[in-house]
Amino acid sequence: MIVAICFYIFAAVLVGSAVMVVFSKNPVHSVLFLILAFFNAAGLFVLLGAEFVAMILVIVYVGAVAVMFLFVVMMLDINFTELRKGVQDYLPIGLLIGFILLAEIAAIAGGWSMTDGIATTITSATPPASEVTNTDAIGRVLYTDYIFLFQVAGLILLVAMIGAIVLTHRNRSGVKKQDIGKQVRRRRHEAYEAVKVKPGEGI
Amino acid sequence: MEIGIEHYLTVAAMLFTLGVFGIFLNRKNVIIILLSVELILLSVNINLVAFSSYMGDLVGQVFTMLILTVAAAEASIGLAILVVYFRNRGSIAVEDIHLMKG
Repeated sequence: MIVAICFYIFAAVLVGSAVMVVFSKNPVHSVLFLILAFFNAAGLFVLLGAEFVAMILVIVYVGAVAVMFLFVVMMLDINFTELRKGVQDYLPIGLLIGFILLAEIAAIAGGWSMTDGIATTITSATPPASEVTNTDAIGRVLYTDYIFLFQVAGLILLVAMIGAIVLTHRNRSGVKKQDIGKQVRRRRHEAYEAVKVKPGEGI
Repeated sequence: MEIGIEHYLTVAAMLFTLGVFGIFLNRKNVIIILLSVELILLSVNINLVAFSSYMGDLVGQVFTMLILTVAAAEASIGLAILVVYFRNRGSIAVEDIHLMKG
């Protein structure tokens, strides 16, 4: 019973905040509603018994991705009312596409059932939760059977990091920066010179 | 009142539709489009975790983490492109992005 109540609360807030992400006039509010949506999705994951993925969702999405969105939205000086102008024009076509998509998904869901022999295709069965925690179970699978996928994921993150740095980095003129090569190359005779100063005159 | 897999799939379907709808509704604002893509990926994650939980197969959760990785990479690259574009053009209106005549 309590699970059902929690599910309906999480699901309702999740869908409601997703609606607000789409319809909110201010992109900052959109990002904040997206954060709320992620928290509720994490709640759903906890209900499903996937605590590790839930925590990863909160840490990675809320802690990194959403905050990055917030930074960008707040850093760029954009006239958002200008960008909202076409919304009324796009509303009918958007509603049409959304309705068609929902109808198709409903059609699929209506005629859907699990195959009888599906249990035999399970490759890495979940160990009983009383013996092994969710995190432990995922670790046992992730670092053995799926180690290559895990490393490819790391590589994707590396490429994304390098790409983001290369894209946004710029060399501006007139900004003083430390140049270590120049510092090391410097010799003593370039650094100072001895000047004979006449008494009472200064340089 | 038993919460079955259909409940989770329904929530995920609604979220997916909202994401697609958001892309069509905010055609001019790249930031909202990126947020809608995040919503779509979230709905896919809910599907995967729901199936993983109800079938007793851990692969779904492993795959969810891979999708999270790709989503983070996609968001960072997308926002980097957005920042560079704004620096060069002073606007992020999607309809002005036709320099490549694609």
